[in-house]
Amino acid sequence: MPNQTIPNYVISADRLSKHYGDFVAVDGISFDVPQGESFGLLGPNGAGKSTTMKMIGGVSQRTSGKLTIMGLDPEQHGPEVRAHLGVVPQQDNLDEELRVRDNLLVYGRYFGLPMSYLKPKADELLEFAQLTDKAKAKVDSLSGGMKRRLTIARSLINEPKILLLDEPTTGLDPQARHILWDRLFRLKESGVTLILTTHYMDEAEQLCDRLVVVDKGQIMAEGSPARLIREHSTREVLELRFGSERNTTVAADLAGIGERLEPLPDRVLIYTDDGEAALEQVTARGLHPITSLVRRSSLEDVFLRLTGRSLVD
Amino acid sequence: MSNMLTEEDYRVQVKDRPFSALYSRNARAVIARGLRATKSSNWLIMVSGFFEPVLYLISMGVGLGALVGTVVGPGGEEISYAAYIAPALLAVSAMNGAVYDSTWNVFFKMNFAKLYQGMLYTSLGPLDVAIGEIFLALLRGALYATGFTAVMGLMGLITTPWALLMVPASVLIAFGFASFGMGITSYMKTFQQMDWINFVMLPMFLFSATFYPLSVYPQAIQWFIQALPLWHGVELLRQLSVGIFTPATAIHVTYYLVMILVGMVLTTTRLRKLFLK
Repeated sequence: MPNQTIPNYVISADRLSKHYGDFVAVDGISFDVPQGESFGLLGPNGAGKSTTMKMIGGVSQRTSGKLTIMGLDPEQHGPEVRAHLGVVPQQDNLDEELRVRDNLLVYGRYFGLPMSYLKPKADELLEFAQLTDKAKAKVDSLSGGMKRRLTIARSLINEPKILLLDEPTTGLDPQARHILWDRLFRLKESGVTLILTTHYMDEAEQLCDRLVVVDKGQIMAEGSPARLIREHSTREVLELRFGSERNTTVAADLAGIGERLEPLPDRVLIYTDDGEAALEQVTARGLHPITSLVRRSSLEDVFLRLTGRSLVD
Repeated sequence: MSNMLTEEDYRVQVKDRPFSALYSRNARAVIARGLRATKSSNWLIMVSGFFEPVLYLISMGVGLGALVGTVVGPGGEEISYAAYIAPALLAVSAMNGAVYDSTWNVFFKMNFAKLYQGMLYTSLGPLDVAIGEIFLALLRGALYATGFTAVMGLMGLITTPWALLMVPASVLIAFGFASFGMGITSYMKTFQQMDWINFVMLPMFLFSATFYPLSVYPQAIQWFIQALPLWHGVELLRQLSVGIFTPATAIHVTYYLVMILVGMVLTTTRLRKLFLK
């Protein structure tokens, strides 16, 4: 039984690339995730986040670069690496031919876990997912939110040390999202390493200790949510709506207010450290937006700044 | 999850076995899943598969057989037309079942039901999935073959206990086709390409000495048919059904053993292409 040195990082990617024919999905990204960290990949659809997740899980082969999970190459030791992984894929891939509780039991058997462990564990996870009364239901009779919760419950059947969550709360209502965030936070507290992709900035801010902003397969920036906002945006943002006709034309009249101006089709953003003061300047120029809003900068603004595009399109 | 994970927990023990990247010696979990799924949802489809060769046997064997009368069997003796085509229909059904399970079924579970994606995110490797699915296909084939042989018995088409060997021989035939089918599926990307499989199977069914002897063809076509796998299956089962053993019997069996070997090598080398995109 060959030994390996204790890895400093549970996940380590070095110039990781994935090409599909001519299309470059992931273009030489490097990052390291220490044990117990909650690490996020933030980016729009098609940025290469899911492909990166698949390579970590060892179900997609990289084109070039190095990748180690707990010191092991997932392509060489797929089954051993995945024994400690929990995966929530972007699209639920529940076993539609099996009933709800059987989905958990059968999935646990794929890990070679004994039934004596799986039966109480499945009941505990059904409780966690608030699906106890659906235990014997068919999967296709569940709502979208229930399916998502079952997928997440299923990912925990082997008590994973690393949990990969690909857009975990997409399609969930706000209440369900908050319940899930709470559960993920508890897992993190118990020392589980979380890797999550999201295009929701609030989710990234809530859950991630550290994140990378990914666009077109490349890392645009890296840091904690607070640091990214501090480095790439101002403290506050003034959002003005002048009506869809005027948003872009009015930009010229706003020149000079705040540090930076971002005219979007549906609104104009003014980046400044003092939003209220900027709003006074706007009205002083005789401009009267239909609505105005002062808010704190978010990761959305960081993304807009780095890529010139918004996250959700 | 109540105890904090420590650095110790993040250390993974590695066993270096052959194929350890592809195989975790847990194909039984895939088999157990298949049986459970059959029990809870698709047993009706299973039952319908049994009737196909039986319906052929009744329509062609009994109906058409009334016009044909008796024909010359493998040993040179006169047998009824139904007794002549029944083993051939069994061989065809073994082929169809195995090909369906290893191509269409795999293609669908891979690309649409996303079943394998779920499995492959666990400790299972692609070889566990492949072995499990092939085993399930063969189990199903064995059940059908047993049922069909029983029908032959009830219809009075069985005259020797040797005929019971048709059941394991059908599994051998199914194994040959299934091991190849999965390898071939790894090259398929669209439904249109999947249709080519039927395009190959239908003529093989019609022309592999299924309904009449090979001798009706000119020599060149005979050689071509004899190179194809189904002919060997048809001849093998036809010989077993009347308990005739010749050197050709060994050739037919060997043909399938080689086919299984080559098919398994092909499938194993294509596993990454099939399952790990």
